[in-house]
Formats: sequence, structure tokens, C-alpha cells
Amino acid sequence: MSVSVRIPTILRTYTDGAAEVNGEGATLREVLQKLDADFPGIGARILDETGKIRRFVNVYVGEEDVRFVDGLDTATPEGAQISVIPAVAGG
Amino acid sequence: MALATAETTTALDFGPAVALSCRECGTRYDLGPIFACIECFGPLEVAYAWDSPDAGGTTPVTRQQIESGPSNIWRYRALLPVPVDVASKPNLAPGWTNLVKADNLARELGMRSLHVKDDSGNPTHSFKDRVVAIALEAARNFGFHTLSCSSTGNLAGAVGAAAARAGLDSCVFIPSNLEEAKIIMASVYGGRLVGIEGTYDDVNRFCSELIGDPIGDKWGFVNVNLRPYYGEGSKTLAYEIAEQLGWRIPDQIVIPVASGSQLTKIDKGFKELIKLGLVDDRPYKIFGAQAEGCSPVSAAYKAGRDFVQPVKPNTIAKSLAIGNPADGPYVLDIARRTGGAVEDVTDAEVVDAMRLLARTEGIFAETAGGVTVGVLRKLVANGLLDPEAETVVLNTGDGLKTLDAVSAEARPTAVIRPSLDAFRAAIADNS
Repeated sequence: MSVSVRIPTILRTYTDGAAEVNGEGATLREVLQKLDADFPGIGARILDETGKIRRFVNVYVGEEDVRFVDGLDTATPEGAQISVIPAVAGG
Repeated sequence: MALATAETTTALDFGPAVALSCRECGTRYDLGPIFACIECFGPLEVAYAWDSPDAGGTTPVTRQQIESGPSNIWRYRALLPVPVDVASKPNLAPGWTNLVKADNLARELGMRSLHVKDDSGNPTHSFKDRVVAIALEAARNFGFHTLSCSSTGNLAGAVGAAAARAGLDSCVFIPSNLEEAKIIMASVYGGRLVGIEGTYDDVNRFCSELIGDPIGDKWGFVNVNLRPYYGEGSKTLAYEIAEQLGWRIPDQIVIPVASGSQLTKIDKGFKELIKLGLVDDRPYKIFGAQAEGCSPVSAAYKAGRDFVQPVKPNTIAKSLAIGNPADGPYVLDIARRTGGAVEDVTDAEVVDAMRLLARTEGIFAETAGGVTVGVLRKLVANGLLDPEAETVVLNTGDGLKTLDAVSAEARPTAVIRPSLDAFRAAIADNS
């Protein structure tokens, strides 16, 4: 599946400043693996040493926070937009 | 270390602040409009000269110097990331709100010593004026022209007002279904107010993406790219409570939990006072309070987890309706470290507690205050909080902002003709 991945400002050093890049994969896990192949090192910024999404990172497929869906196994349909966003708060 | 910053054209003046430091991995960064660690995404915090190992135990300020300062948060400026002359700049000068000795409420709850820190007394009637005042100074330092935020309501009003006073533009983002009073308050200051169709977490996500877009260039999002500075404002609650108690930290404190930022910063404030020798080093317990309809931190605490599973909020306590609280794990750590707890109450209990506080102490709290007082009552009942120990409970906002919560039972005792006979008959009926 061909998808687009929105890159947060602090990770754009890996993507030559690109705010959005093309991705590939049927699940979020596959998309992130391909992303790391294209932009070496970016995967370790999003996932921790055990392969889980870091505590202070939120990842969305479309409008849905993947923690409400299937985590890294969340399906990434053709044309899906994936957003990687640092966790922030304070209402 | 490379910074993802807007360029600044003048020298920065953050007073005693010297750097930003990652709370997770300790990586340090130059002061800038950044909020997440490049290494691990952890939240960045302000580091101070007086807190560095080579400060040699030098005390940056004495009790006497603080006591002779202005009656607002700038009395603590030596402990905040603000310039020395901050008090003379146009800002809302928040803080120094009442610490109410709540003997009537204490009696009702079977407690020996209880105070209510009533932050509804701030310029826009919530504690948010404290954090925004610090973020405003950061925005000025970085040369931003627009002050912005994602908000559950109170923050939007505080940002609009602070920007108006400072002569900056403002553009604030809120969930479109907020209480009417909060929408009116956020819009009256003349800035732009944008309702987002979704929850606060959707608004927050939107703002995070806006920061990386050219539209958001030169915008200071107080709780996103200025968050390290913003958060420091909540420390002033800890400073004030201790000073108002006669330079003493209370045995127990009950704090509302939305993102969890306020609770973590009050803990930080207490620890700083101890470290600087401004108060005695004595144990204290911190309790977190949530509404049942948005209680991810309370659920994690009760389940013994050290991580927070996000939820979709559904509660009348909209100012606390953050389903994915970024500081939730820290709240769990602090509650457990200090021997406190995190508890939640139903919306019905929130309303009941709002009425209890109003009836006993003459304080009309917003729903968040109903959450803290409701949780206080529950903690006393279930034995987790010691009724004999000195306790402080926070009210962070004004009941006039959440009138709907209590309007169903709010009506005149009687409506009568202007005659004594009619009044006698009416009070006889109601006695």
C-alpha cells in the first residue's frame, strides 16, 4: 500500500527537511520499517529498544490514534496519511 | 546541538534559566521554542543556574526578598524563566490568590485542617493566567507575533487576554462543543477563536501539526512549542501555598489532573523550596483527582500500571477532559513516590461537591474544583487521606464558566409579590 507520512519538525533532519514523505506497507509496522530503510535512523527515534512506540510519541493513521486501534499492527490502507507527533499537553 | 527554532534577532533574557533539559534522558539544549527531545521525544524542562552542580549551593533568593516583592507571581521571578524586569512589562500579573482556611468544609468532611487554594481569583478566573504569563515572556524573547494554544477553554481565555495586554495577536483553538461561557470569554479579547470539530486531543494534534507548517511561523503556542516555559508557571502554586502557610509545605494536597502538568510542577515547586532551604524538608503526599468520564491516570493508578492507556473523554468536567495525558506517567510516579493516590468521581459527585464547596465556604468553583473537592471527600471516606493531617485542595477555576453543571437545581427559593405576608407564607412553605 502506498501511503504518506507526515514528519514532525524534530525528525526532519532525517528527511532533508521534508514535512511529508511517501511510504509503503500494509501495516504501520511495515510502513515504519520502510521509512527507516529510506531514512536510516528515523525508526529508532519513533520506536524504543523493545520495538514499541515510544512513550512520548503519538502515531495516527488517518484520524485515529493507533493506540485506540491495533498499535503497530494497525492497517494502513492505500492512500492513508500517517502522522507522527510528539506528545504534548496542557489544556 | 541543532535547534529546531525560529531565528531570534536579539539576545535572549530568561533571567536565571540557562538551558532546556530532557526529563527522560537528560540531553540538554539551548533555550529555544522547542518542547520535545530530539533523542527520545521526552518532554523538555527549564534548567536554572541556581540548580546546577557548580552553583555551589548559592541561594538565588531569600524569604525576605520574596515577601517584599509584588503581590503576584513575580515575587518568585528569581525561580522562574523570566527577565529581572518582568513585573514592569505589560502582562496580567496573576497569582497571589487566596488560600482560604476552610473550617466549615473541614467540619463537614470530618477533617482537622483544610485550606482551599482558590485560583478562580486570577485575572481570567483560572490558574491558566500563571502559566500563560511565563509563556508570554518566552514569546516576547523569541520575537513571536502571535500567541496561540490548544485549549479546553480556560487557557483560550487566558491567552486571549494576555495577548491583548501585551499587544500581540492571538489565535486560539478549542473543541467546538465547549461551555458557552468559555467560548464567550475566549472571544471577547478580540483575537481569533477557532472551534475544531473533535475532542481536545484532536485540537492538540492539529496544533502540533500547525507548528511545522509555514502558517504557524512566528507563532508561540503556549502549551506546545513554549510548553517548557509555560509549565513553570504552575510552580508558583506550590510557592504560594507554602508561603501562605507560613513557609511550610502541607502534609497533603489534592490536585486536578488533566494533562498532569500542573501536578508535576507543584511537586517540582515543593522540591525546589526544600532544596533552596526556604522550607523545612518534610514529607508530603500528593493526590491526583480526575472525573470518572475521563480518568486514564486514575485507572492506571488503580491497576498498578506505570503507563496510561488513552481514553475518549465523556464528562462535564471539560477543562479536565484530556484523554491522552502527556504527563500521566509522571503523575503516577509522584503519587506513588509521595504516598498519595489518584482517584476519580462521577459527574453527579462533581456537581454535589461544587454545591458543597459553595454552601460551606462561599466558593463557587468550576467543575474542575468539583472534581478535586469530590475526590477529597472520597479519599477521606476510603481512608487514603488522613483527616488529621494538614491538607490543601485546589480550585483552579470559576463556577461562572460552567453554569450548566449546576443550573438544573439553581432557581429562586420563591417568587412572590412585594409584600410581607407573601414572604411569610413563602418561608413557611420552605422551612
